[in-house]
Amino acid sequence: MDKKIDAKKRPVYINPYFGGLLLGLLILASFYIAGRGLSASGSAKLAVVEVVHLVAPEHAENNAYYSKFLPEDGSSPLFNWLIFGAIGTFFGGMLSGAVYGRLGKLRIEKSPKISNRTRLIAAGAGGILFGIGSQFGRGCSSGAALSGTSAFSFGGLIVMALMFGVGYLFAYFFRKLWI
Amino acid sequence: MWATSLPISLENYGFNKIDIMGPLIPLEIITGQWDFVIALLIGGAFGFILEASGFSSSRNIAGVFYGYNFVVLRVFFTAMIVAMVGYLYFSYMGWVDMNLVFVLPTYLNSMLLGGFIMGLGFVIGGFCPGTSYTAAAIGKIDGFVFAGGVFIGIFLFSEFFPLYEGFYTENYLGNITIGEMLGVSNEIVTFAFVLVAMIAFYLTWLIEKKVRKNMTEYKFD
Repeated sequence: MDKKIDAKKRPVYINPYFGGLLLGLLILASFYIAGRGLSASGSAKLAVVEVVHLVAPEHAENNAYYSKFLPEDGSSPLFNWLIFGAIGTFFGGMLSGAVYGRLGKLRIEKSPKISNRTRLIAAGAGGILFGIGSQFGRGCSSGAALSGTSAFSFGGLIVMALMFGVGYLFAYFFRKLWI
Repeated sequence: MWATSLPISLENYGFNKIDIMGPLIPLEIITGQWDFVIALLIGGAFGFILEASGFSSSRNIAGVFYGYNFVVLRVFFTAMIVAMVGYLYFSYMGWVDMNLVFVLPTYLNSMLLGGFIMGLGFVIGGFCPGTSYTAAAIGKIDGFVFAGGVFIGIFLFSEFFPLYEGFYTENYLGNITIGEMLGVSNEIVTFAFVLVAMIAFYLTWLIEKKVRKNMTEYKFD
């Protein structure tokens, strides 16, 4: 990756307030159509349940957590709204990347001050923390913080406040990763 | 769970079939087989908006914690107040039955811990699950790795679930809203959110200008 990107190559983003307006209308449409908001981590949870159930069916059925998400009729947990939503999210992102010229070869984005290895370890650790946290939090930034709070859920507000608050609290210690 | 429609018929609510009151799927105005097509479309729009706003870049996102880029705050707060105001309006006009829209239940202890852990994950990893999907979709390896981490985290959580099964449901408050919790109407809550958002938009604009002046190493990507 080039360290210096000249002004012409700077990525084009939509105005953030316009992006927020569109996202807000999408949440509203989702409430109106589906009676629920947006989600991201729920699909990962169902995928994990499916994989564990395939590899070790008895283990999954005996585990109090996996078994919550195994459909009683024996069908696959993947045949679910959340999975289709996540597939859509991936391809929607890809479409936007193609439209705005960001769809490209495999690359790592990071601060020039850290190595690729450091970035990947941090990304993996952040992902693991999000995976664990989203289960305790009943959703991640999308499902709990954004959609939850938009539907006036008190728990959603708690998750949002903690997520950003703790981010600020610990930002100093991880500043080398970013600035 | 959500894949199957709730066993509610319109007649229970005193409507005939020409009413367009929402939510459409829980009220069976749109039937089951369309669920997944709609999920795909809503998810697709979600991914497009996230990516187009710049959330496929962890450095854009992490800027919110260091003052050099507040795009997360702008998009997040705008989306929230638009959705809240619109939702109240839809309800007021009788277009949507708020009782049938999912209010995420509050398990206070577990959600406090979950928010804490996700905050750490946010500032270390620079993504959240949804944004990591869009980063991966445009070719960012760190996006793939973050998303892989999410799967591993969920696996670990599930495997050790018996250890904290009790804690997981402690201090359950039900499907309580912010307004109910604070003893005010959700209209007041929305008004407060709009006010806070306006102030935050202005203050972060000032901060961002100041921080960017002294920053040379950060380039958009």
